[in-house]
Amino acid sequence: MSATNKGDWPLYEVFVRGKRGLNHVHVGSLRAADDEMALRHARDLYTRRKEGVSIWAVRSDTIAASAPDEKDPFFAPSGDKVYRHPTFYDIPDDVPHM
Amino acid sequence: MDITDHPAPAPGTPPGPYDPEAAFEDTIARDQRIEPRDWMPDAYRATLVRQIAQHAHSEIIGMQPEGEWITKAPSLRRKAILFAKVQDEAGHGLYLYSAAETLGADRADLTRRLIDGRQKYSSIFNYPTRTFADVGVIGWFVDGAAICNQVPLCRTSYGPYGRAMVRVCKEESFHQRQGYELLLTMMRGTDEQRAMVQDAVDRWWWPSLMMFGPPDADSPNSARSMAWRIKRHSNDQLRQRFVDMTVPQAEKLGVTLPDPELRWNGERGHHDFGTPDWEELKRVVSGDGPCNAERIARRRAAHEEGAWVREAAASYAAEQAVRTRDGVTA
Amino acid sequence: MTDEDLYVDGDSARWAFGTGFTDPLHGVDQAVPESVDAEGLAACCLALGDDALVSAQRLAEWCTRAPELEEELALANIGLDLLGQARLLYSRAGQVDGTGRGEDAYAYFRDADDFRNVRLAELPCGDFAFTVARLLVLSVWRLAVCEALTAAPDPVLSAIAAKSVKELAYHRRYAAEWAVRLGGGTAESAGRMRAAWDALAPWLDELLTDRTAERLGAHPSAVAARTRAELSHVLAGAGLNRPGDAASRGTSASSMPGSGRDGAHTPQLAPLLAELQSVARAHPDASW
Repeated sequence: MSATNKGDWPLYEVFVRGKRGLNHVHVGSLRAADDEMALRHARDLYTRRKEGVSIWAVRSDTIAASAPDEKDPFFAPSGDKVYRHPTFYDIPDDVPHM
Repeated sequence: MDITDHPAPAPGTPPGPYDPEAAFEDTIARDQRIEPRDWMPDAYRATLVRQIAQHAHSEIIGMQPEGEWITKAPSLRRKAILFAKVQDEAGHGLYLYSAAETLGADRADLTRRLIDGRQKYSSIFNYPTRTFADVGVIGWFVDGAAICNQVPLCRTSYGPYGRAMVRVCKEESFHQRQGYELLLTMMRGTDEQRAMVQDAVDRWWWPSLMMFGPPDADSPNSARSMAWRIKRHSNDQLRQRFVDMTVPQAEKLGVTLPDPELRWNGERGHHDFGTPDWEELKRVVSGDGPCNAERIARRRAAHEEGAWVREAAASYAAEQAVRTRDGVTA
Repeated sequence: MTDEDLYVDGDSARWAFGTGFTDPLHGVDQAVPESVDAEGLAACCLALGDDALVSAQRLAEWCTRAPELEEELALANIGLDLLGQARLLYSRAGQVDGTGRGEDAYAYFRDADDFRNVRLAELPCGDFAFTVARLLVLSVWRLAVCEALTAAPDPVLSAIAAKSVKELAYHRRYAAEWAVRLGGGTAESAGRMRAAWDALAPWLDELLTDRTAERLGAHPSAVAARTRAELSHVLAGAGLNRPGDAASRGTSASSMPGSGRDGAHTPQLAPLLAELQSVARAHPDASW
């Protein structure tokens, strides 16, 4: 990642089991310094209306994901990160409206 | 098993080399969702990052005008409701930053852009909250306007943004109703309270209409956003919907909306209404509103004063990771 | 399921966290049992209610100022829990002290010398380290009290305590995790954590000798022993138990005389209440 400060926390993806009998479903991401904090933040952020019975939180940079089209050489590294987080895109400051 | 997640080509499409741009256009044309790892035009990505970041910033800055009243709320029930509402706004900001991060943006970087004044947030939050009635009117108008804007965004073409909006919209309906319910209660109270409500309505009505942005004729990027199905309705359409929705609510409440030109137009099937002061909107957006400096200063102070906490947690986590790796128990 | 289904799935009744809409007292007989000392029960509800309200008010001061957005949510959750506890406790106080007052009468129409919170709760907000340290002490102590009160002879207080126990266990975990992180984080965070403990130490005795809930089953010596043991466990994890640290000296050193339980407060309580009560008192005939 570019331009990270020493205090920036890594990104975690959060998966919530809405009720017994259902799979965990991806609900979004959050920032946390460590796994414990990630779970606690996930509880506060994604289940504060008691939407879930179980939470998984996993560092985004440890998830392997398929590419949109494995056949296309354009997307060469096929086992890629879950998102194309290239902090991903360095957008120059002089681009209007950014 | 096909593990790729790009949409299947429309029936009748001849087999050929995969053309990402055509696939993108086709996905949009068939009203399907673009997902994070799909190819997308740079301008589509940039437009979304800008819009989602601005939206996230608005949620976070929007905590301030109401947040000031949590410690002063005049009953414990109102205190709890307001506390929970402002907390939701922090949550909405996080859902949206999360969506922006799927596009390759980085939250810390977006925060820096906000506090350096390089990215905007909704102009409405640059107005002050003068009395507790403002809490009610913000819920009614500002959250009402936000709902008009956001419900169509649940179907926006970019998947993570739409899904974030679904969560936000579910929670916003509570916000709008709590505001309206507070105003109903106040209107049944003392003369002084009724005057407070009317005063707040007078101050927030026009800024609320400006939340939908400039008129369509002056909104050059709108057409492209609509073509990409990021936006689904124009600024003026949404503004009209908000006015039509709010007028009967105002009647029921017993307040007067401060617009002498406001009247039902049977021919159009909509209310006619006056023109907001677009010069004022330009001034506020460009940084010259009543509270711009204060809002940014508060956000900057929180971010900067929190730096030692974030660094401590990161440093502790790094040390624990090394211990774990080296097999030392903490 | 489409987006539209998600939005219109009839779930709009879902209310926000902490605004309290599952009644923890549902089905609980609200009559005061004859065997219960009503005066002691009312005093206990009031003291624990005041601790909770004043703590919630201090936590609300963090709103829009937290060190990270995720912590905004966490601090608000804790504040909302405590506010909810205060409301239930005040309502019970009003039922048993013979005045029939509602929750807002206690919060908004008493002056500082009628408040019975411990002074630790009213000390100014301070930095994040102080907030964490204070939250740790108060939640460890309150958890020990509430666990004992789940067996209180008053069924209402017992039900409130049972609800509180679940919440306080989470508050304790939050505060303990952060205390350890800050204590073991950077030189700056460790220094701030140590300073926070030093600032807290003189106010611990008041808490550890408190007899408010004694007659309802929370024995002060047992509560104090457990509080000390849990605190020293966390302090060890945070590296704050070195000789010379205030925390390791126990609570005997330089403790402040007097007690908030008798209405003796620091000068910080009155301004806190002035803010809390400002709108309600400016419009005494209003309804909100």
